[in-house]
Amino acid sequence: MLSTIFLIVVLLYIIGFYYLITTKNLIRILIALEVLTKGLTLTLIYVGQLTGQMATAQSMVITLIIIEVVILAVAAGIIVNIFNHTDSLDVREIFRKNK
Amino acid sequence: MNNTVLYILLGLLVFSALLTAMIKNTLKAVIALAVASVILTVIMFLMGAPLAAVFELSVAAGLITAIFVSTISLTGSTTKSDQTENNKKRLSRYIYLPIIIVIVAGIILITKPGLDFTSIAMATEDTVQSTIWQVRNLDIAGQIMVILAGVFGVVILFKERSKN
Repeated sequence: MLSTIFLIVVLLYIIGFYYLITTKNLIRILIALEVLTKGLTLTLIYVGQLTGQMATAQSMVITLIIIEVVILAVAAGIIVNIFNHTDSLDVREIFRKNK
Repeated sequence: MNNTVLYILLGLLVFSALLTAMIKNTLKAVIALAVASVILTVIMFLMGAPLAAVFELSVAAGLITAIFVSTISLTGSTTKSDQTENNKKRLSRYIYLPIIIVIVAGIILITKPGLDFTSIAMATEDTVQSTIWQVRNLDIAGQIMVILAGVFGVVILFKERSKN
């Protein structure tokens, strides 16, 4: 069972990284980071189960979720500001307009 | 029985993550992400982490989805290049993803790498409450500072916006 969870964790990382690399939309880049965070959350719980320290793993997951939501809130604010200034969410267009 | 449910949920988690990456509409991608969060919540509950699961459900599936939806409504769900992008071109961009996943899954299933944590395994009977408040109590201070930093960050961002 545990090796299956390891497989799923690796697949989640691959999906997140591939999505992060291929997308050009700023909101979608944030969504890709979220997918990566899902993989990280599952990793922490998985390692907590392997080591028998589920209490520590849970406290770290709670910390991770809090940091995740704060980063997301600030990043969302920055994205809204970028959109108001450049009228675009496409990374290439934003670079072109700022040149 | 329990393991079978867990396997199904793990498969659904990967499927919803794939949907998140491959769906064209950003709003639908966010909904797929929320579904992934809910599935992860059930997985965490089954793996014996109920407190973290509740946090995941309320914050990751609830609050984060609300932030994404409000951001999309403030900016518009698609960029101009997204609208003009050909479906065929988009499909060709993401066609490699399932192939890479199948290859990596095959390699992992054949080689079966195991993570050996037995040397550092120290099964303790601490509860989550005692861990948070006694063992890792400095984390709480760090979390409060992170939340404050986030609040001030958002306030400053929207203050600048209203000035402009």
